[in-house]
Amino acid sequence: MLSVDLLSNALVAGLLLGGFYAAVSIGLAISFGQLDIVNIAHPAFVVVGSYVAWILNSRFGLDPVLVGLLAAPLFFAAGVAIYRIYYAAFERTGQESLSGLAFFFGLMFIVEVGLMLAYGVDYRLVSAGYIGKSFNLGPVGLPLRLVVPFVAALALTGGIWLYLARTFTGRAILAVAQDPLALQLMGADPVRVKQFAFGLATATTALAGALLIVIGPVEPSVGREYIGRVFAIVVLGGMGSIGGMFVAALLLGIVESVVSTFAGPSWAPAVAFGVLLLTLALRPAGLFGRR
Amino acid sequence: MKLRPSAFWVCAAAVLAGGLALTEVLNNDYYFNALYVILQGMLMAVAWNILGGFTGYVNFGSAAFFAVGAYTSIFLDKYFGHVLPLPVLIAAAAAVCALIGLAVGYLSLRLKGVYFSIATLAMAIVFATLISNWRYMGGARGAYILTPDKHLWFHSYIQMLFMAMLLLTVAAVAISRSLVASRLGRGLAAIRDDEVAAECAGVPTLRLKLVSTTVMGALMGVAGAPYPFFVTFVDPSSAFSLFVAVNAIAMPMIGGTAHWLGPVIGALLVGGAQQVITVTVSSELNILFVGLMLVIFVSVAPQGIVGLAQKFWARRRAP
Amino acid sequence: MDHPRSFLRGWLASGLAALAVALASGSAQAAEPLKIGFSMALSGGLAGAGKAALIAMEIWKDDVNAKGGLLGRPVQFVYYDDATDPSKVPGIYTKLLDVDKVDLVVSSYGTNEISPAMPIVMRKKLVFPSLFGLAVNDQFNYDRYFQIMPAGPQPKLDWSKGFFELAKAQNPKPKTVAIVAADSDFALAAAAGARENAKKDGFNVVYDKTYPPSTTDFTPIVRAIQAEKPDLVYVASYPPDSVGMVKAAREVGLKAKMFGGGMVGLQFAGIQTNLGPMLDNIVNYTFWVPAPTLKFPGIDEFLKKYEAAAKGKGVDPLGQYLPPYAYAYMQVLGDSIEATKGLDQAKLAAYMHGHTFDTVVGKVKFGKNGEWAQSRVLMVQFRNVKPKDLDQFRDPGTQVVLYPPQWKSGKMVYPFNE
Repeated sequence: MLSVDLLSNALVAGLLLGGFYAAVSIGLAISFGQLDIVNIAHPAFVVVGSYVAWILNSRFGLDPVLVGLLAAPLFFAAGVAIYRIYYAAFERTGQESLSGLAFFFGLMFIVEVGLMLAYGVDYRLVSAGYIGKSFNLGPVGLPLRLVVPFVAALALTGGIWLYLARTFTGRAILAVAQDPLALQLMGADPVRVKQFAFGLATATTALAGALLIVIGPVEPSVGREYIGRVFAIVVLGGMGSIGGMFVAALLLGIVESVVSTFAGPSWAPAVAFGVLLLTLALRPAGLFGRR
Repeated sequence: MKLRPSAFWVCAAAVLAGGLALTEVLNNDYYFNALYVILQGMLMAVAWNILGGFTGYVNFGSAAFFAVGAYTSIFLDKYFGHVLPLPVLIAAAAAVCALIGLAVGYLSLRLKGVYFSIATLAMAIVFATLISNWRYMGGARGAYILTPDKHLWFHSYIQMLFMAMLLLTVAAVAISRSLVASRLGRGLAAIRDDEVAAECAGVPTLRLKLVSTTVMGALMGVAGAPYPFFVTFVDPSSAFSLFVAVNAIAMPMIGGTAHWLGPVIGALLVGGAQQVITVTVSSELNILFVGLMLVIFVSVAPQGIVGLAQKFWARRRAP
Repeated sequence: MDHPRSFLRGWLASGLAALAVALASGSAQAAEPLKIGFSMALSGGLAGAGKAALIAMEIWKDDVNAKGGLLGRPVQFVYYDDATDPSKVPGIYTKLLDVDKVDLVVSSYGTNEISPAMPIVMRKKLVFPSLFGLAVNDQFNYDRYFQIMPAGPQPKLDWSKGFFELAKAQNPKPKTVAIVAADSDFALAAAAGARENAKKDGFNVVYDKTYPPSTTDFTPIVRAIQAEKPDLVYVASYPPDSVGMVKAAREVGLKAKMFGGGMVGLQFAGIQTNLGPMLDNIVNYTFWVPAPTLKFPGIDEFLKKYEAAAKGKGVDPLGQYLPPYAYAYMQVLGDSIEATKGLDQAKLAAYMHGHTFDTVVGKVKFGKNGEWAQSRVLMVQFRNVKPKDLDQFRDPGTQVVLYPPQWKSGKMVYPFNE
């Protein structure tokens, strides 16, 4: 039985979910997509963002999304520091691919255990006025708990896309992975450009983490659930394409939601990752990838 | 660090004899449990290294092969009414996982680098979902395996499992070593260094990659096959555990990926330390340990322990 | 130690150490500690529950030792973290038995962590008090297994019995039910039981699906359920999904007449406080609430100690769900040891089968398969929950017991979204 009501609701719910996925993936689209840094610890950073939002929300009642924005500069600094270590240990010596991966694997565990030791393992939630409320557009219901992350994600993706396309540093970031030499000739230091870009990528996790905890409860190792998804989204969209990443995120959200509604939620991951495998087999560079 | 073939076989025989002697001397099941877990990790690491270390293709989906191996035993054990002996189950698991490995090898035809890694990760998730929805195998609820009482001439069932795992691991090390020492090994190294150049120089890259993914898959299946008998309860979340995949990558990385001995040393070190930490400090520190070891080793000694040792010897010989 | 000063210090230290060892062995001769071994999930997915259980068990140990221990021997725990990883469990139990030579063992928390220990414990024929595993003994049929979770003799069926009994009593009787469960051992078993109960009681199952634990957004699921217009919605879920389900149900405006059933997590104070009024009228299972009918001797005192001990540890601050039972399963073991005046496992098992225990969770009587002889899965309803208020969950009125009739403390508000 295919009802129009149900279908339109499934599509909208998927769209909203996809927007949130985009917020979680955009940092990776920069670090992995643009800089070729296999940052598997990205979801762990997102969880740190959630904890920051939780701490300030439960202590001072600050809005989690606002906390996400406020914390972004701190995350930027942390990202820069991590890149310095990464550069010194791997990129300079040309060891980046495999060793870099292992490095971030290790970092992920350290972050996870750090959170565990500091804040325990209980589920953490935030409270905000819009959680639990929803409004209707015709037959379609829009829960604010998902609309807020969607809007924030839209703003974040749009902002970063504009920044990369319009500013000098932004274009330098786009160029750095493809032709560092040309960049050098233009008078920009590729290492500094990458350092800035990785900082930017990490800064986005502050906001993404805040959105994650708005949607649902968070515990230290919840990031593991997102490793597969975020990499799938970036690869599906095509390395180096922010727009592609966004489309892929929406696509994954919609596929999950429609499969959940009509075929049963237990098949959602298989279908979503089946789509990824198929795309890779037919179009190895993703939907909008540079080849 | 070149071992003559005869010397290698003497060592292998000594290890096996030592294992047998241990089952006679040591009547404390705990050590066999601990050794079993270390050996299982070692077998996974050796298998991972055949693809990851020798050709540079990073497999993120090791847990999928391991779990499919385990579930192959569960299926056959259940289907034939608990009569099949362990070696048959292991052989069957090897065959099934070899086929999956072959398919993954064809995947590498189109996907290079990180794309390949992500594809293996996606494959693991798809397999996990399939098994979660397969009622006959217990689905997401998990499956029980009752261990049989008989354990040949050993004192206990775990001793037999330990000996089986030791035999399998030694065999895997031998396979890995012969691969790297053969003409094939040089071809694999050529792929790792520059696949396009290797292709141009006439190295049959596809065939070599297929061989290594197939062998890797089979060995990982072998590592998973006895697992249900070890834990007696298997569910998808424990069989597809991230830890299985992480250990399979971490152990060779720490030991050194370029040499067949690397994963062995890495597994002894990481697996051994994990066992010790589990029963001493006993907390989150276990995960922290793997994390720190990985970060420190890859930053300070990217060639692993074997690489460090090789450098050390080279310096001593040519001062 | 070539420096004279440090030599002196070292000598002094070793002398003191020797003295300490001598003293310790002297007292040990008087009373060798009674060692109880177990593995516990102190990290990983179930760590929240595992850590809370450990706190409760430590309270028991301190209580017992303050009274002079068991058999005149001080009680000592030997435990290791299984990291919620079943493959660690066999190693831990063989270590406990073969290396640490513990006198007794008890189980870890959860089905996945109890099952792998069973063959080892069975081989040594030890009594095995267990903490919250669903129908583990169906597979092993071990006559020395004792489950403290009050699921009852038929754990799968008894789990959801109350929910359907309550529904049946309504006039007009509701007709249709939707069942949704997480893809994991406990939730699937609970859903299977609910399916059977629904069939037996003549309800028409109109939606019956499972979802993977990695689900982020539950609104599509709730909408798909809504589209089938069920009268009842039975949910078997884990903490993060329970929260997602409740929020999605409120956002979608679920029109069922009863909602809840087997949602794990709605018993935890942190989650309860966050969900607040969204919990209103949900009917869900639990094992203990501060209702006047359930004020067993010792429970208040225990919870007071637990709350103090739990502070700042990042675990459930009130501890009404699991901790009393973690205390009780140790009580059962302790009482049996005192009564049989020894550690003879056969005698202990016979005593545990034959006696009714007085514990902080009330009278405990085990049936033949080691489950409670009679089920005490409570169905409670949340009432007039205030936002952001932890203390209200200490009051009897916030969670009203509806089922079983023996423990009933109020009437059900029906339908759910009134």
